[in-house]
Amino acid sequence: MKILVCITHVPDTTSKINFTDNNTKFDPTGVQFIIGPYDDYALARAIEIKEANAGTTVTVLNVGTADTEPTIRKALAIGADDAVRVNAEPTDSLFVATQIAEHAKSVGYDLILMGRESIDYNSGVVHGIVGELLGMPSVSPVMKLDIEGTKAKLAREIEGGKEYVEVSLPFVAGCQEPIAEWKIPNMRGIMSARTKPLKVVEPKAVDSGVKLQQFELPPPKGAVKMIAADNVAELVSLLKNEAKVI
Amino acid sequence: MSILVFVESAEGQIKKTSLEAVAYAHALGSPVTAIALGAVDQGALEALGKYGAQKVLHASDARLNEGVIQAYTSVLVKAMQDENADILVLANSSLGTPVAARVAIKTGASLATNVTDLPETSSGFVVKRSIYTGKAFAKVELKNQKKVIALKKNAAEAKEVGSNVTVTPYAVTLSDADFAVKILSSEKATGEVLLPEANIVVSGGRGMKGAEHWGILEELAKTLHAATGCSKPVSDMGWRPHHEHVGQTGVKVAPQLYIAVGISGAIQHLAGVNSSKYIVVINKDADAPFFKAADYGIVGDAFDVVPKLTEALKAAK
Ligand SMILES: Cc1cc2nc3c(=O)[nH]c(=O)nc-3n(C[C@H](O)[C@H](O)[C@H](O)COP(=O)(O)OP(=O)(O)OC[C@H]3O[C@@H](n4cnc5c(N)ncnc54)[C@H](O)[C@@H]3O)c2cc1C
Ligand SMILES: Nc1ncnc2c1ncn2[C@@H]1O[C@H](COP(=O)(O)O)[C@@H](O)[C@H]1O
Repeated sequence: MKILVCITHVPDTTSKINFTDNNTKFDPTGVQFIIGPYDDYALARAIEIKEANAGTTVTVLNVGTADTEPTIRKALAIGADDAVRVNAEPTDSLFVATQIAEHAKSVGYDLILMGRESIDYNSGVVHGIVGELLGMPSVSPVMKLDIEGTKAKLAREIEGGKEYVEVSLPFVAGCQEPIAEWKIPNMRGIMSARTKPLKVVEPKAVDSGVKLQQFELPPPKGAVKMIAADNVAELVSLLKNEAKVI
Repeated sequence: MSILVFVESAEGQIKKTSLEAVAYAHALGSPVTAIALGAVDQGALEALGKYGAQKVLHASDARLNEGVIQAYTSVLVKAMQDENADILVLANSSLGTPVAARVAIKTGASLATNVTDLPETSSGFVVKRSIYTGKAFAKVELKNQKKVIALKKNAAEAKEVGSNVTVTPYAVTLSDADFAVKILSSEKATGEVLLPEANIVVSGGRGMKGAEHWGILEELAKTLHAATGCSKPVSDMGWRPHHEHVGQTGVKVAPQLYIAVGISGAIQHLAGVNSSKYIVVINKDADAPFFKAADYGIVGDAFDVVPKLTEALKAAK
């Protein structure tokens, strides 16, 4: 079985976000980059499936500039067999999804795993678009994924609960916890990652119909009003008369 | 030209986030057609007129009672054609977002999800979306004639602007491929206020010390007609179900009021609550980082403060 895992290279979840160039560019100064947390779950599940099924290979793919290679190498250290980097700035969802679909067509994967959403763009759509472009079903957000021959059984999170679904391979899934436990690379993984193949391919041009104009930061939060623990009545009155939310 | 709005329902009623989508579409100016799929109460459909729909279509095919992404996509693509709609508006959700993605590709539309505001249309059609998990926004121009817009909660206020309308049945043709993903079963909380929809959220963290202490939070939530939420370790330890976990890797909420009890306020938790209008923090540690993100704070023991707060709220009713 061939599995493709699509990973993002995103600011660590504790990062402060800043922009430069009149709020048109992300400012990477002092920012640590990680594999997207949801993508990390997808990768971990792919490695588990590989470990349980001899002959399975896991390829990771990222649409990004050369800056993302340390993140890709980390995915190889965690256990992916090889990697593809589509050499481009990931400007929007349709652009990214088109690159993923083009690569997937050329190889023919049985399973394409992604995160439920990226933590930079938060679009939650790349898996759906790739599914549509490849004429495959897509399921997201997936909390459990078990392959049973040519079929898979999945649990999908819905508002206030879960849904259990069945789908034939191949398909696309956007993953989230608790699908698997995040894996930490070990020394042997880190050593072997250096020599695993990382292919760089050039992107296909796409007119996505979406154009970024400007970034914006939220207005700063006002100061907190502290209330004494023995005076909850004051809190009730503030919520009623000042905030007007109860 | 018209605007199509896909409205989602739960237990026969239209979700509040979908009423916001109707209000959003109404504010865009063109005639609004709302479409509902599966079993929905007739009265709830007629009432969509009050929120700004001129026309309501109901595809009551029983195969649509469960939210099947591809089948819903097919129905909405066809409805956009039938209604001559250039714009589809819907609410971000576990169903709405993937459906938006697929409809946009099938119709060649510009796509934006997580949209927080009405568009600026002075030059082009520019929407604002929430990015970096609530830490920033991006203004993007949707350049194609067709547009698919998925809204984050509170992008528009569901106000009554019209009156009841008649509901027209909408016939659908569906293929086997539409049901490639087969829904075997589902587990849904019933009769509860759903967390992503809630106006008020009462959330507990590790400071609550154990699942057996949630009663005081549930009592507070009941008093406020609120949903309950929690921090990630709380759901990791199985004190609460996973779908209640709020934050970067969980549900992103945007209520009028978020009450955090015994939660330290780690940046990953704040990422899920930073769209709340007001935040109340109750924590026994005056240095808990959550106070910096709060509007109102109480330094105190949850087991002492929460029951007193519930009593005071009951007394004030
Ligand atoms: C990649 C990544 C993603 C993550 N995603 C999320 C996420 O989505 N959501 C999330 O919540 N976390 C997330 N986390 C975890 C996050 O970093 C914190 O560890 C977590 O939010 C802490 O939960 P907590 O506040 O309940 O517990 P703690 O940090 O242990 O805080 C407990 C708080 O309770 C207070 N307390 C104790 N006793 C009482 C009492 N009797 N009365 C009142 N207060 C009391 C303490 O003073 C303390 O402030 C993520 C972490 C990573 C690395
Ligand atoms: N630049 C990228 N390269 C590879 N995969 C990506 C990229 N952007 C998004 N993805 C994948 O698509 C998922 C959903 O992303 P999004 O639609 O941006 O929220 C992510 O979790 C990744 O698995």
